[in-house]
Amino acid sequence: MIPRTFEYFSPRTLPEALSLLQKLGSEAKLLSGGQSLIPMMKLRLVSPQYIVDINRIPDLDYITESNGQLTIGALTREHEVETSELVRSKFPILADTAKVIADPLVRSQATVCGNLAHGDPANDHPATMLALGATVVATGPKGRREIKIEDFFPGLFTTALETEEILTEIRIPLPPPQSGGAYLKLERKVGDFATAGVAAQITLDGSGICQRAGVGLTNVGLTPIKAKKAEAFLVGQTLDDATIKQAAELAASESQPMDDIRGSADYKRDLVRVLAARALGRARVRAKGGA
Amino acid sequence: MAKVPIKVKVNGVEHAAEVEPRMLLVHLIRETLRLTGTHIGCDTSHCGACTVGMDGRAIKSCTASAVQADGRDITPVEGLEENGKLHPLQDGFFQEHGLQCGYCTPGMLMTGYAFLKVNTNPTDDEIRHAISGNLCRCTGYVNIVKAYQYAAQKLREGGA
Repeated sequence: MIPRTFEYFSPRTLPEALSLLQKLGSEAKLLSGGQSLIPMMKLRLVSPQYIVDINRIPDLDYITESNGQLTIGALTREHEVETSELVRSKFPILADTAKVIADPLVRSQATVCGNLAHGDPANDHPATMLALGATVVATGPKGRREIKIEDFFPGLFTTALETEEILTEIRIPLPPPQSGGAYLKLERKVGDFATAGVAAQITLDGSGICQRAGVGLTNVGLTPIKAKKAEAFLVGQTLDDATIKQAAELAASESQPMDDIRGSADYKRDLVRVLAARALGRARVRAKGGA
Repeated sequence: MAKVPIKVKVNGVEHAAEVEPRMLLVHLIRETLRLTGTHIGCDTSHCGACTVGMDGRAIKSCTASAVQADGRDITPVEGLEENGKLHPLQDGFFQEHGLQCGYCTPGMLMTGYAFLKVNTNPTDDEIRHAISGNLCRCTGYVNIVKAYQYAAQKLREGGA
């Protein structure tokens, strides 16, 4: 399988990439890790006229902690996230997520920002970023703007990015003490998309009451889903098993799965319930200092 | 469509080529450079038969374009043997019967080559995770894991 012909550009700077996007318009597609785009081009599901390869732009590959947030650059590979000590120690939910994406070979190339910018509801990072309350930075000809992750996925395979913008950074607020999170995914085999996935991030106070809750759902709707009812229910509650059970039921009610080869809608909805309860359970353990 | 000039270092040797941007890296390796040790299996990013090293990392060469390899260091399976002597991984696959039909083997070897550089003393479980992007339809993986362990031990002993 070979993609249709296209013209290839390999800008060396961000301004150069931005002016190319401006010049080439909507027929241009950005190439970063390429682990979704290239297979789609080979299947000819997409056939862009122009490819703007950003891999040679320096200084876009980083994971850093500054000003109370974790920042991830446009070219940071999944492999880096999976093996980062900073991520493992402060964002175990993010390490959980990276290590269940595709397979290790794909993760050598695939980028975290690409996982979001692709706008695929089956991708794993969107749910986790929703649970963490992340912000993305879009850089365009007029400069940079921040977009809240909950506003980033307006529709199927659609993002809030303009055609002339590049997703250059993800910003995640550092969770307060006594926070914990987990991402759980059921996949039929390694490399498959999730049958369903649930990300849960919570913050407890000294007496075990939930101060903050984020719950995101993978591949059970046309977009990644922020389970707002479950989140609202959790805040102010003592995070015991009964609370978790009820929150998981709410999360399941907020999913909008469809029948497909991975299972029936009913099965997936129930799967969300089970995974949400387990993810919240693990988040609670981690919030109390466990693994 | 205009061809693009590229320079790629393959197993230590510089190659210059003019390629269509849509040419996949695996086709550059197999058809332009005639290094047919790298296999094309599923051609859909699932099986890992086309795995090669790129700047030290194992990647699927069916899911990268040749132009992306411009200026990079590519290691296909032919790079493992040195002066007629098999690499410990290749020896391991031989000693432990890590293959039957051999189709997945180049990919298994190149995943292992990158993996054992960063994990010199892996557990069986870590090996199984490392090869989760490489499919074998013959062996059930048991002997492949043994072959990795064989190689890991030889490499630790300095028997490269």
